Amino acid sequence: KEMTVREALNSALDEEMSADPKVFLMGEEVGEYQGAYKISKGLLEKYGPDRVFDTPITEAGFTGIGVGAAYYGLRPVIEFMTFNFSMQAIDHIINSAAKSNYMSAGQISVPIVFRGPNGAAAGVGAQHSQCYAAWYGSCPGLKVLAPYSSGDARGLLKAAIRDPDPVVFLENELLYGESFPVSAEALDSSFCLPIGKAKIEQEGKDVTITAFSKMVGYSLQAADILAKEGISAEVINLRSIRPLDRSTINASVRKTNRLVTVEEGFPQHGVGAEICASVIEESFGYLDAPVERIAGADVPMPYAANLERMAVPQVEDIVRAAKRACYRSAPMAATA
Amino acid sequence: DDNTVITVETSAPFVGHNIDPPCRSVETTPKELLGFFNDMAVMRRMEIAADSLYKSKLIRGFCHLYDGQEAVAVGMEAAITKKDCIITAYRDHCIFLGRGGTPFESFAELMGRKAGCSKGKGGSMHFYKKEAGFYGGHGIVGAQVPLGCGLAFAQKYSKDNTVTFTMYGDGAANQGQLFEALNMAALLDLPAILVCENNHYGMGTAEWRAAKSPAYYKRGDYVPGLKVDGMDALAVKQACKFAKEHALKNGPIILEMDTYRYHGHSMSDPGSTYRTRDEISGVRQVRDPIERIKKLIISHNLATEKELKDIEKNLRKEVDEAIAQAKESPMPDPSELFTNVYVKDFGLEAFGVDRKEVKVVLP
Repeated sequence: KEMTVREALNSALDEEMSADPKVFLMGEEVGEYQGAYKISKGLLEKYGPDRVFDTPITEAGFTGIGVGAAYYGLRPVIEFMTFNFSMQAIDHIINSAAKSNYMSAGQISVPIVFRGPNGAAAGVGAQHSQCYAAWYGSCPGLKVLAPYSSGDARGLLKAAIRDPDPVVFLENELLYGESFPVSAEALDSSFCLPIGKAKIEQEGKDVTITAFSKMVGYSLQAADILAKEGISAEVINLRSIRPLDRSTINASVRKTNRLVTVEEGFPQHGVGAEICASVIEESFGYLDAPVERIAGADVPMPYAANLERMAVPQVEDIVRAAKRACYRSAPMAATA
Repeated sequence: DDNTVITVETSAPFVGHNIDPPCRSVETTPKELLGFFNDMAVMRRMEIAADSLYKSKLIRGFCHLYDGQEAVAVGMEAAITKKDCIITAYRDHCIFLGRGGTPFESFAELMGRKAGCSKGKGGSMHFYKKEAGFYGGHGIVGAQVPLGCGLAFAQKYSKDNTVTFTMYGDGAANQGQLFEALNMAALLDLPAILVCENNHYGMGTAEWRAAKSPAYYKRGDYVPGLKVDGMDALAVKQACKFAKEHALKNGPIILEMDTYRYHGHSMSDPGSTYRTRDEISGVRQVRDPIERIKKLIISHNLATEKELKDIEKNLRKEVDEAIAQAKESPMPDPSELFTNVYVKDFGLEAFGVDRKEVKVVLP
């Protein structure tokens, strides 16, 4: 059976709300509008305005209210219309949610999910096109998940809602409408994926490619192209940015001896930088080539289509970097 | 008899905004008055002792003292139960005591010891007592107001018929997120009571220099408010009882407590550059919350001046003993560095400063 990511997220929310009366959804346009991206379609009708409610456009206010409700023991799911707007509320995500269990020596746990589309969409400009994986991923006390497929979306969102800690759940607008096959197991209401475990999407032996969210799809396409040229790429879908599955990444690199990291976010202090550091610390002796990083360009997102394309990783960028890691690249233009 | 009803007039009439204020006569009992005296004297003594511990370098970092404002903490407790919630900012030591915390746990926390109420991991600004409805202890000015409205949201969602008192100072009263939370609290009729402890200075900025309208009880516009003499524990009790009933029926209300802190903002502030010493001593002479209760006790022949002095002497001894005991408590075990980062950690690895030297799987 096939299912879109949107349907996967919607069904996961529905099932968890049905299973636990403490779960409620709030955010801008989640109710009567059915969700800005229709992720919460039908939930207001099914669960009523006490459990699905529209907030005013006041991120700091409603995020703080959500965190306070989690202190008391409810399980809020807070939707950000996009994660760009979470910056208005980042103090509550970091200072009020992530740190409370520690500061109170375990008295105040915060079972809350912050979810919404993250990263670049298409043509929405600089203020609506940023990836927050590295930002939230650097903060102890948070868990940060980024699903790629419909199965990921279902299994990880259900895990996030059941988790007793604050979880930042990074979706991708451009994936919402994509369909993926889902197994019978993934359709079961008890289905849940482990937090902190990466998934090897495709096995390979020549080069490891790490990616999350939409970039997993691009990396798989790159792997197909590389295969035709005789390069066998192993594609790792990180699924979890924090905890980061360092052991799966390092085990793969120890096998392939080469690494390309892929992400849409800014390169400096990014997820790729952390993966690179981990591999250098733990598997330095296994590397046969310098680590390659593919990331968003180091600029605010431009609007014009041609410039935007240049600012976001493309399949050919991943292919080129993988070949470079395998010493198959043509000499660089500048030096040729 | 300890429970004889005594009727007392509050020091000043309440002033209402969009609401008829409660009447000035408050019912109390000998037991309650002596309890107020006792509790406020412990709070006062604890804060003064914390001042000396700080100066002898046994307390680190920030330390914000509550002496002068004690009537708010005890008056509020007299009107509510431990099922009601309280959340406050960083001036939290005495709110913790009001909720049933002890001076020993407080001093141990202030000195960063294992026996502290947050096991030494929170510090002065992060006291909690969840089982008694105290949710901290927050260091970011104003952030506790939406959090408190969230507690009220959860109380209403759970049909618990209880309320949350979310406390903030006159400095935080200008924070944008306060108005965001108040708007939502009013839209959803949340049982939230916003308690503005107006001590007239946000750090060193006088209220009128920070607020175009320092009438904080009116700042909720569509939300009713009440101005209360926060130096009169009985007025605070009356107002909080009134507010709780209102909030359960009609949603949020603002209580502006006109109060005063004797100490500076924090330990680095002598508290004398932005206000006069005459102002401070004037408040002490005329409005001191402990003196007010003392006078009531004496005028109703519930105890003599000497008996009250003896009580104070005993309390002082108890506080000193709590300090000695707290000093005996060890520092937290080094392994505590990595506990409580998560409730459920999935075998997550965490690193010390040198990750090759200290790497742990979270407990």
